Amino acid sequence: MSPQARRKVWSAVLIVGFFVLWEALCWLFNVSDIIVPKPSQIIVTLVQRGPALWPHTLQTLYTTLVGFGFGIFIGIALGVLIGSSRLAYDVAYPLLVGFASIPKVAVVPIFVLWFGSGTVPAVLTAMIMCIFPIVVNVATGLATTEPELEDVMRALRATKLDILWNVGLPRTMPFFFASLKVAVTLAFVGTVISETVASNRGIGNVMMIASSNFDVPLVFAGLIILAFLGVALYAIFSLIESKITGWAHRKDEFAMG
Amino acid sequence: MMTATELPRTDETFIELENVTLTYGRADKQVTALGLTNLLVNQGDFVALVGPSGCGKSTILKLVTGLITASEGYVYVAGREVGATPIRVGMAFQNPTMLPWLTVRDNVMMPLKIVPPFRQEYGSKKKTEFRDRADALLKEVGLANFGDKHPWQLSGGMLQRASLCRALIHEPQLLLLDEPFGALDQFTREELWAVMQELWMKLKPTVLLVTHDLKEAGYLATRICVMRTRPGQIVDDAEVPFPRPRTIDMSYTPTFVSMTQRLRELIVAQRPVKETV
Repeated sequence: MSPQARRKVWSAVLIVGFFVLWEALCWLFNVSDIIVPKPSQIIVTLVQRGPALWPHTLQTLYTTLVGFGFGIFIGIALGVLIGSSRLAYDVAYPLLVGFASIPKVAVVPIFVLWFGSGTVPAVLTAMIMCIFPIVVNVATGLATTEPELEDVMRALRATKLDILWNVGLPRTMPFFFASLKVAVTLAFVGTVISETVASNRGIGNVMMIASSNFDVPLVFAGLIILAFLGVALYAIFSLIESKITGWAHRKDEFAMG
Repeated sequence: MMTATELPRTDETFIELENVTLTYGRADKQVTALGLTNLLVNQGDFVALVGPSGCGKSTILKLVTGLITASEGYVYVAGREVGATPIRVGMAFQNPTMLPWLTVRDNVMMPLKIVPPFRQEYGSKKKTEFRDRADALLKEVGLANFGDKHPWQLSGGMLQRASLCRALIHEPQLLLLDEPFGALDQFTREELWAVMQELWMKLKPTVLLVTHDLKEAGYLATRICVMRTRPGQIVDDAEVPFPRPRTIDMSYTPTFVSMTQRLRELIVAQRPVKETV
């Protein structure tokens, strides 16, 4: 077996092992369902309640992706602005850091006040959760452009837009995609927070109702769904990242002496 | 050897620095990078600027491109104040600064994407004419089959060759070289001197070369300007009389050696005298 295959097998074994250990400990210490349900029980719940959970799953996924989409758009725009203008940096950075430090749970009621409960505040919460890492990474990528490269471009009488388009944005891509992987998981957090507080749809809402009914296996089923969605989106963006920014993760064996 | 500190201005003059002073920083911590510098460079000249580090050699390059503005005095390029007449400028540094996400060919073609008149034609000619031109240039510097490679697949010497191609692809009237061979080993460096000489003899751009290597200056340049530091000024300006194409063997002849020795003494003599207190 090649070392890579062995590594994959081992990681799969250990991940499955984690759930097996969980199951075993629950049996061993006779843990009540109301405290921690067994993985097998969560699977049963997922299968039995699947048809009822499915629309909520779609709702959460949809809300997250819409919020994430807006977040990318605004994040890039702000990042480019902050990364290319000294004044914008000085003005926007403290504001942004301050805003990022506010617990988002505190913002949801304001959104509900403005837009009513439901999908809109969830989309907005997802959006504001994921803007910050995108802005910071895009701005950093732009700010770290080699000054010599900029000299070359400016000596060619390139406009600011030329430099941004041909040098700034491409070299920001690795930073940008790294931030997307973080941002997409944060977007889920935002959606679920908002759904928990103010919605009658979505996995967050399902978990809220289930926990007030002491239906702990259903709460855990919700958690598993969220975790799965998060991992799936993370994997998708990792794949896109490696396709687009392969040049930043080069392999040494290609280099020549 | 003819030594001329004051060249007359003629129709051939391409670059002129007139009493240029450049100061950095605020009033209390002001640093004078250049003090009352005068320099005339003729069309098609290859001028090397040598001197101790920190003497403002690179500053002159930046002034000539208009990247920085003189505090006092005037910089004229192509008969008018710098920036007034758009001229095509090529630049190469010690660091090849290739864009890692582009192939070597696309890196070389970058100026064509930016500089008029090529810029307007880039979309339509990118695939054919410009590509052929980039490949032809790459072939001349010995990178014939490396156009499709990415920069990180090339060695330092190869990257520097590609960097020269990028500096020359848009047929610049002015080529600015800031220690382009500084980070290379001696053999690669000598090889690239030959490549550079050949390209210059063929394309005849006006070249300003900043270097620490006196042999390099003697091999490549038609004129060598020695600078002093604090404030930066040109203290010696001498023609290099050897015929072209020059060879490495030439650099071991007594006249060449005595020329580099004279330059070396000029630079060493400026070392600040250590104060013993």
